Amino acid sequence: MYNLLIGGAAGQGIDTTVAILEKLLKQSGYNVFTVRDFMSRVRGGHNFSLLRFGTEPIYSHSDSLDGIVALDEETIKEHKEQLKANGFILCDRKIPSSNSHVVSLGMDAMAKTLGNPRVSGSIAVGAVLKLFGESLDGLESVLGSVVKPQYLASNIKAVQQGYAAVENRFPHLQGKYSDRMLISGSKAVALGAIAAGLRFYAAYPMSPSTPVLETLASYADEAGIVVEQAEDEIAAINMAIGASYAGAMAMTGTSGGGFSLMVEALGLAGMAEIPVVVIDVQRPGPVTGLPTRTEQSDLKFVISASQGEFPRMVIALRNCMDAFNQTMRAFYLAEKYQIPVIILSDQYLGDATHTAEEFKPEQNQRVEPVDEYAEEGEYLRYNYTDSGISPRLIPGTSKHLVVIDSDEHDERGWITESAEVRVRMMDKRMKKLEGLKKELLEPDFIGSDSFDTLLIGWGSTWGPIEEAVRLLNKERQGHFAALVFGDVYPLPEKLLKEKAAQAKRIINVEQNATGQLAGLIREETGICCMESVLKYDGRQISGEEIADRIRKGEVQ
Amino acid sequence: MKKESFSTYETAWCPGCGNFVILECLKEALEQLGKDPAKVLMAAGIGQAAKTPQYISANAFCGLHGRALPAAVAAKIANENLTVIVDTGDGDSYGEGGNHFIHNIRRNVDITHFVHDNQVYGLTKGQASPTSMVGMVTGVQTDGNFNEPLNPMLLAIAAGAGFVARAFTGHKEQLIDIMKQAISYNGYAIVDILQPCVSFNKINTFGWYNKRVYELDESYDCENKAAAMEKTMEFGEKIPLGILYREKKLAYHQKNQVLKTAIPLLERKTDPNVVKKFIKSYI
Repeated sequence: MYNLLIGGAAGQGIDTTVAILEKLLKQSGYNVFTVRDFMSRVRGGHNFSLLRFGTEPIYSHSDSLDGIVALDEETIKEHKEQLKANGFILCDRKIPSSNSHVVSLGMDAMAKTLGNPRVSGSIAVGAVLKLFGESLDGLESVLGSVVKPQYLASNIKAVQQGYAAVENRFPHLQGKYSDRMLISGSKAVALGAIAAGLRFYAAYPMSPSTPVLETLASYADEAGIVVEQAEDEIAAINMAIGASYAGAMAMTGTSGGGFSLMVEALGLAGMAEIPVVVIDVQRPGPVTGLPTRTEQSDLKFVISASQGEFPRMVIALRNCMDAFNQTMRAFYLAEKYQIPVIILSDQYLGDATHTAEEFKPEQNQRVEPVDEYAEEGEYLRYNYTDSGISPRLIPGTSKHLVVIDSDEHDERGWITESAEVRVRMMDKRMKKLEGLKKELLEPDFIGSDSFDTLLIGWGSTWGPIEEAVRLLNKERQGHFAALVFGDVYPLPEKLLKEKAAQAKRIINVEQNATGQLAGLIREETGICCMESVLKYDGRQISGEEIADRIRKGEVQ
Repeated sequence: MKKESFSTYETAWCPGCGNFVILECLKEALEQLGKDPAKVLMAAGIGQAAKTPQYISANAFCGLHGRALPAAVAAKIANENLTVIVDTGDGDSYGEGGNHFIHNIRRNVDITHFVHDNQVYGLTKGQASPTSMVGMVTGVQTDGNFNEPLNPMLLAIAAGAGFVARAFTGHKEQLIDIMKQAISYNGYAIVDILQPCVSFNKINTFGWYNKRVYELDESYDCENKAAAMEKTMEFGEKIPLGILYREKKLAYHQKNQVLKTAIPLLERKTDPNVVKKFIKSYI
C-alpha cells in the first residue's frame, strides 16, 4: 500500500491533480482512498490531499507518507517529518530544499514551454505515475473527463514529459479493482437520494454540505428533480416539508449551523407527520467553528433538537456504501413512518473519495406509493391506528381534504385543546417508535470473536477503527474488537449488550470532546465506556493514531 | 339555488373582527372562480389571521410562524395543479417571515398571498406589528411605537413583484374582485388587506380606514412602475385601494427546466436506467 500527499496553496490546482491521479490509479487496479484537508479560503494558505492506494481494502487515511508532491515550499515544511525512510518529495526546481528526499523537476519551466503554465500539476502526475511504476494507459480518457477539451492536448503532453523526467522507484502492484466506482461520500448520498425517488431538494450552501447540493443540481434536469437554493436554512426545510406534504419526496441538507436554524421545522415534520430527510454534514462547532474541517459533535444535538417530543430516526454514515444505501433507506423509513429522518455525515466522509463496489439500488427497500383511501366515510389524516401510522393522502389527488397543523390537532387535523385528544395524539405519534425499533440495524462488529477489549464508535470513524483493530490484533492476537454504529437513534441495543457483557474493557472512539455516543449508550442501556479515545482538533483520527493511543494508554 | 362548494366552520375570532369579512370574500372569490376545494391549498403560519385555513373547507397547511411562504411555494412546485393561497397576518408575513417575503417575490412561484393587515399583533395581545403606526402605545411599546412602519406595497414592487394590490374589508365587492384577479394572476400575487382589529388597535379602526380609503379608477395606470411606487407611498390622509402594480412575468414553473415540461413534479417517476447511468459514470 502506498500513501501520497499532494499539497500547496488554495488555487494551485491540487484538486484537479488529485482527481486525475486517483482515477488513473483506480483504473490500473488499485483501491484508492483520498481525503481532502483544506482551509476556509479561496486562494493561498496550505491545503493538501492524502491519496492512499493499494491492493488491499482501504477505508481510511494514514499520516505516514511514501511521497509528497509539494506545489509550494510550505508543504515540505509541514509534512517532511511524515515521510518514510525511502520516501520522496517531488517539487519544482524553484523551491529551495536541501532535503535528501527531494526529486527536483523544472515543472513550471516545462509547463511554460508547453504554452500553458497551468499544466505543471499534470507534469507532477506524470512523474508520480512513473515513480510508482504505472503505465500511461487510459490517460487520454481520464484527462478528458477532468480538463476542458481545449486544454487536453497540452495536459497529455505535460503528463508524458513528467513521466519521462524521472526514474521508477516503487513496484507497481496488480490489483483487481478497476471496475469499482470512485466516489465521495457526499456524491454517494446524492445518488442514493436520486435512486430513492427524490423529487425536491432545497438547501442553503454551507460547507461541508454543499457538494450534496451541487451534485443533485448537476443531475436535476435529467433525473426530473427540482433543486432550489433557499434564502436560508429555515426556508430550505420548510420548503422540503411543503413539497413532501404535496407529494414530492423531499430532502434538505446542511451542516450544524444550518441545522440549528432548521430545528423548529424538524418539530413541524414530527407534529404534522410529514416525511422529510435531512442530512447534517458535520463540521467542528460551536457556531462557525472550523468551517472546512471534520467532527462528530452533533449527535446529541440532532437526537433531541426541537421542543417537545416526537419520533425521529438518526442514521450515521460510516462509508461510501452506507452513504448510498442508508440514504435510500432514510427515504424508505421517512415515508413509511411519516417522520423526519436525519442522516449524519461529516466533512471527512463527505469529501473523501474511495473505491466502492458498484451501487445496487435494486437491493434496497423501496418507498411504497401512498395508498388510495378506500374507506367509507370521512377521511381522517390523523386517524388513530395500532401502529400509530395514519393513512396519508396527497392533497389535490383525491376528493378528500388533507389538513395539517402545527398546533395539537384532532384526527381531522383541526386545532384542539382537549386534554384527552392531546394524550391520544401524542401516544399515536410516539407509537411509531415501536415499529421503527424493529427496523433498526445492529452496529458492525469488527475484529476477533475472542476479544477482551471492545472499541465503540459511530459514523465516519468506522474506517479508522477497522484499521486500528487490525493493527492491534496483529500485535496481541485476538484481543480486540469493535462495534461501529450506523443507526444511532433509536439506539440498537441487542449486539451492544451481548458484546459489552464479554468485554473486560470498553473504549469509545469519537471525534468529539465529550464522548457523545458513550453518553447516549449510558443513558439508554446503563453500559459505561471505561475509557475514551477522543479527538476534536478538526482532523480525522487515523487507524494508526487510535492504535497508538490505546497502546500507550493515552486514553481519557 | 347556487350550489356552494366551500363551507366555513366555527371560528375562534373576536366578534366584529375583519377576518370574518376576508373569510367570506375569499369563499365568494373561490366560488365565483369555480374552484374545487380538493384542489385548493390554504397555507398559513401562526396568528389570528393564520387560522383562516382551518375555517374553510379546503386542503390546509398551518405550519410555523412566518414560514407559510416557503412551504406554500414548494407545495405549488410539487403540484402545479393546486391553487395555492397563503392567507395570514401582517406579523406572520412581514415580521417573522420578512426574509421569505422578499425572496419568494424573486422566485415568482404562481401562488397568491393575502395579508390580513390590521397593523397590530392580535394573538399575542396587542403589541406593535411591522406596519403599526408611529406613536401607537402598547404593552411593549410603552412610550409609543417609534419604529417606522414598513411599506409592504413599496417593498413588494421594489423586490420585483408582478401583482401588488391593496384592499379593505369595508369595500367587499372590490376585495372579492381583487382576490379573483390575484388568484388568476400567473405568478406571485400579493394583496395587503386592511382590516380593523377590534380588540387591540384603537387607532386604525374601521372608521379610521373608511374615512381615508378611495378606490383607484381607470385613470390610474397600474403598469407604470415608477408611478406605482409613488402611489404606494400614499398612506395617511388618503389610502388608495386597488391593483397598485401589475406586470406580466414568467412564473417559476415556466423558468425551471424540469417544471417546464408540464408533468407535475409529484407525477414524475425516477427512471432506474438513468440512476444506473449516473452510477456507472463513477466507474
